[in-house]
Amino acid sequence: MTRALIAMPKTAKAGDIVEVKIILSHPMETGYRMDESGKPVPRHIVKDLVCRYLGDEVFRVELFPAISANPYFSFFLTAERTGSVVLAWTDDRGERGGETLNLKVE
Amino acid sequence: MTTETTRRRVLVASAGAAGCLILPWGVGAPARATPADVAAKIRDVVGDAPLKRGRIKLDLPILVESANAVGVTLLVEDRLPPEARVLSFHLFAEQNPLPNVAHFHFGPRSGRPRVSTRIRLATSQTVIAVAKCADGSCWSDSVETLVALAACLD
Repeated sequence: MTRALIAMPKTAKAGDIVEVKIILSHPMETGYRMDESGKPVPRHIVKDLVCRYLGDEVFRVELFPAISANPYFSFFLTAERTGSVVLAWTDDRGERGGETLNLKVE
Repeated sequence: MTTETTRRRVLVASAGAAGCLILPWGVGAPARATPADVAAKIRDVVGDAPLKRGRIKLDLPILVESANAVGVTLLVEDRLPPEARVLSFHLFAEQNPLPNVAHFHFGPRSGRPRVSTRIRLATSQTVIAVAKCADGSCWSDSVETLVALAACLD
């Protein structure tokens, strides 16, 4: 399963703008490369990544092969009240991954 | 004779290096997209809305040393009212095999319309960013990048 590194503050004040940074461990194989014997290496990419906070979609990205290996994204959400920040992703082989973090809002 | 051999070696070595530049996405690299393909992709996103320059800013180095992971930021600095908030950003690279790079969507709980990521560039080219706002307006920015070493993936 694809592993992820996620950086987000644990606490925030209501109304604060909170940055979320994520790196997925994934080859993002473009499908345009040949292996040593000259055979094309099949495409293998993460297709989408979604972030939900308090049940609502905050940020979603559709990825194409031009996103570098080990995709990195930084984006922002507005802290409102304590709740979970859920990140979920899917690759083009149907493999799913996800992480849930808690944002404490004072 | 010795001189000849040395020169040949040098030539072979440099041809290898050049091959990497000419076939940036691997041997048998596919045909690249054309500006017309990109214009069509942008039309798919914006529909009939006029595409104006401004509002969105595409932050990307104009000289890239290694194009396998080029840091890029898309942002709108203006504070927009909720009815005109940014719904999505769309990123295109005119000369990559596939002109689509990524689509970014922002929900109402988004903190600010700003996203950073890392992209691959097949060669020197124009990279285009488009922003779609809730009031129906569409904005664009573009950067011409010079790539010293293309995304040579083997």
